[in-house]
Amino acid sequence: MGLGIETRHRIARRAALEITNGMIVNLGIGIPTLVADYIEKDLHIMLHTENGILGMGGSPEAGSEDGNLSNAGGYPVSIKPGASYFDSATAFGIIRKGLLDVTILGALEVSEKGDIANWIVPGKRVPGMGGAIDLAQKAKKVIILMNHTDKYGNPKIVKNCSLPLTVKEGADMIITEKAVFHCEDGKLYLREIMSPYTVEDVIQTTGASIVVDEQISVFQ
Amino acid sequence: MAKGVDKQITLESASAYFHNGMSLMVGGFGGVGAPPTLVNLILEKDINDIFLISNDTGFPWIGPGKLITEKRVKKLIASHIGSNPEAGKQMQDGSLEVEFFPQGTLAEKIRAGGMGLGGILVDVGLGTVVEANKEKVLVKNKEYMIEPALTADVAIVYAKKADRYGNLIYDKSARNTNPLVAMAGQITIAEVEEIVPIGSLNPEEIVTPGVFIDYIIQSKGVDWKWVWELKQGTGSQEGQPSK
Repeated sequence: MGLGIETRHRIARRAALEITNGMIVNLGIGIPTLVADYIEKDLHIMLHTENGILGMGGSPEAGSEDGNLSNAGGYPVSIKPGASYFDSATAFGIIRKGLLDVTILGALEVSEKGDIANWIVPGKRVPGMGGAIDLAQKAKKVIILMNHTDKYGNPKIVKNCSLPLTVKEGADMIITEKAVFHCEDGKLYLREIMSPYTVEDVIQTTGASIVVDEQISVFQ
Repeated sequence: MAKGVDKQITLESASAYFHNGMSLMVGGFGGVGAPPTLVNLILEKDINDIFLISNDTGFPWIGPGKLITEKRVKKLIASHIGSNPEAGKQMQDGSLEVEFFPQGTLAEKIRAGGMGLGGILVDVGLGTVVEANKEKVLVKNKEYMIEPALTADVAIVYAKKADRYGNLIYDKSARNTNPLVAMAGQITIAEVEEIVPIGSLNPEEIVTPGVFIDYIIQSKGVDWKWVWELKQGTGSQEGQPSK
């Protein structure tokens, strides 16, 4: 089933290292939302939401929530100095024009070429794509955070996605509880593993060809 | 005040503009910024067979989600129904016809409808199921899908403040799709928290010019509990309002 809280937070902590000063960032629902907690405090980052905020802040204190100030998932948020509100067309214009430096999303499957499937399981779960296609196709860098395997232990990183795609060759990075992959030139590079897993663990539970670097770092 | 510029009407008068089988556009995102009083009015007036166009279907007891739960909608255009299991259920059993668009594309189709355009050119979703049956065009050697504009018989929106001409100002992230939906109705009714005299809004701050708004009604406010309010309680489950 799902990952433990500690593991989810470790994935989020690793993803936060990809965020550097001045970036415009959109965080998806689930583990990606946790990334906000680990972005270095002295960086100037503008968090973007599909429902029309640039400069979103953290959760307000209990009791001071505002029903008309929320993230795309409908949960209360605050804003940071310099924030702006705008309509949904503008929110997606920002995405479509390529102004997002990073989007961090969850996924059901990712292929070794970086194809992403994350919005539909035909006949089972058909929630609609929401903003996932806009984000995955248009952000400058797409980072996928997900479980390494599904609840049956099957690899989620595969040769070819079996589910309908969100985007072709869209992923730049995949971070799971076991490893960090870089998608470059249609190949999957393993340069970093997450403690306590080994390269062998990762290879055994990945359904795709991996190029393993000679130097592998370990993220604690 | 000059004759004919007071657009405020009663709820009873507003109900005359809703009819069975109407296409209805509703502003809001996850129910935030959806007009609660007008949604309730549609329920009370027993309007059925609605063709609903909305960013999403809110939650089963929030925003346009209520129309789905009460089985008033026969056809839906949206980008997401994941937070409303009732919509998913009706889609599976075939009682609700659903067409999905990527969120940004849907917003822009609605905007185009309000702006008097025929449609938009967009490449979001090329290479996915989104491009099935879409007309395509090459512009400067780049491929785009042609997405026709969307309008509706009636559009309903929520605003924080309006003057009696219908100039609108929204509230924080409750703005979302409202300014787009407001422009795309054959008839647009704005539900407003605070109605002020003409001349008391700063023209620099008006988001939707009143020319797009046909009628305004006084909001009775949100009558639902947000998901995060339920979760703070004593462990009520997500998706279930505690009554």
